[in-house]
Amino acid sequence: MFYRAADPATLRIVPLDALTLVYHRASGITHIVDAPVPEILDILGEGPRDVAGLLAVLSDRFDLADPDSAALAVRLDELVAAGLVERTCAI
Amino acid sequence: MRHLKLLRIGPLGFRIGSHWRGPIAALDDLYRDYPAPLDGIADFNVHLFAARPWRRVLRPSVHIAGDFVIPDAAPLPLAQGLLAAEMGMNLQVALGLRRYLLLHAAMVERGGRAVLMTGISGAGKSTLAALLMARGWRLMGDEFALIDCATGLAYAFPRLVSLKNEAIDVVAQALPQARFGPLLEGTPKGAIRHLVPDARAIAAMEQPAEPSLILFPRFGFEPAERPVLPSEAFVRLTQASTNYVTLAERGFEALTRLVQAVPSRAIDYPDAATALAMVEALA
Repeated sequence: MFYRAADPATLRIVPLDALTLVYHRASGITHIVDAPVPEILDILGEGPRDVAGLLAVLSDRFDLADPDSAALAVRLDELVAAGLVERTCAI
Repeated sequence: MRHLKLLRIGPLGFRIGSHWRGPIAALDDLYRDYPAPLDGIADFNVHLFAARPWRRVLRPSVHIAGDFVIPDAAPLPLAQGLLAAEMGMNLQVALGLRRYLLLHAAMVERGGRAVLMTGISGAGKSTLAALLMARGWRLMGDEFALIDCATGLAYAFPRLVSLKNEAIDVVAQALPQARFGPLLEGTPKGAIRHLVPDARAIAAMEQPAEPSLILFPRFGFEPAERPVLPSEAFVRLTQASTNYVTLAERGFEALTRLVQAVPSRAIDYPDAATALAMVEALA
């Protein structure tokens, strides 16, 4: 299972302080997100990745102390439900 | 409707129709220095009506309606007809406004810079706004701040200031020359008395101001003050807005711009004198 970020044209992302605002144009819903959601959207905006691939990039770029693929899969499901991330079958 | 009042508060025009003369007579008196809607066309209609014809005279109770309605609005006794009219106007603006981002906040201005004070009912918004007016600030409103989505400027909505319970005497002492409406006792919020904004607030009500400070006051606590991060201010202001969701991306743009450009602070205060000193030190 691969994931990719929603079309950038449907998102308006405004980093504020510790939190980041994401306005999702397709639903009209404002999401207030903490790390690592903006980073996930960033990476999945570059191209589709599976959980293991995404975790590898996150670990590499952000020096994760405790990489946990199950927790990341749960986060991704939440982002899919919110419409910010889409599931895709192939690269 | 038989009795009618047309008036403008800030940029918004109202047409208030009533089955009874009393509420309209009170509006005629208290809003006597306010202009008519631009071009005579009201933005919002308010209807004060009797649910049955005989209820105009027999135990008269005032139902509130208009272009926008909430189904479970309770009627008020005719003695509180002025309050019904004010509630009706507030309701139309809260439910129907599309031209501005509406924030449930009191607002005062000095030197072209507006201070917004937002908080739950009882936080002291109306009292602080009235007392700051007594100290030379321009009252821009005690209930709603209107943010222009294109420019970010704040527009005034200086309706009658709704003073409740203990605040009535506090403000009457600070503004002995001011005009007040009748004392309305036994309302859903206790005793209410309306204060007429001063001549300056009415004369300047079309002039916008640049927001310069957002305050989150809380009454009944030891004096304390802390900065509020833009993200917290954003969340609290979405809760204080009745039309953020309706405005969609325009509302998002206006609110993100506001919280990024304007500093926010939370202030706790035990009494009005402390609060006034805190506001004037921060502004």
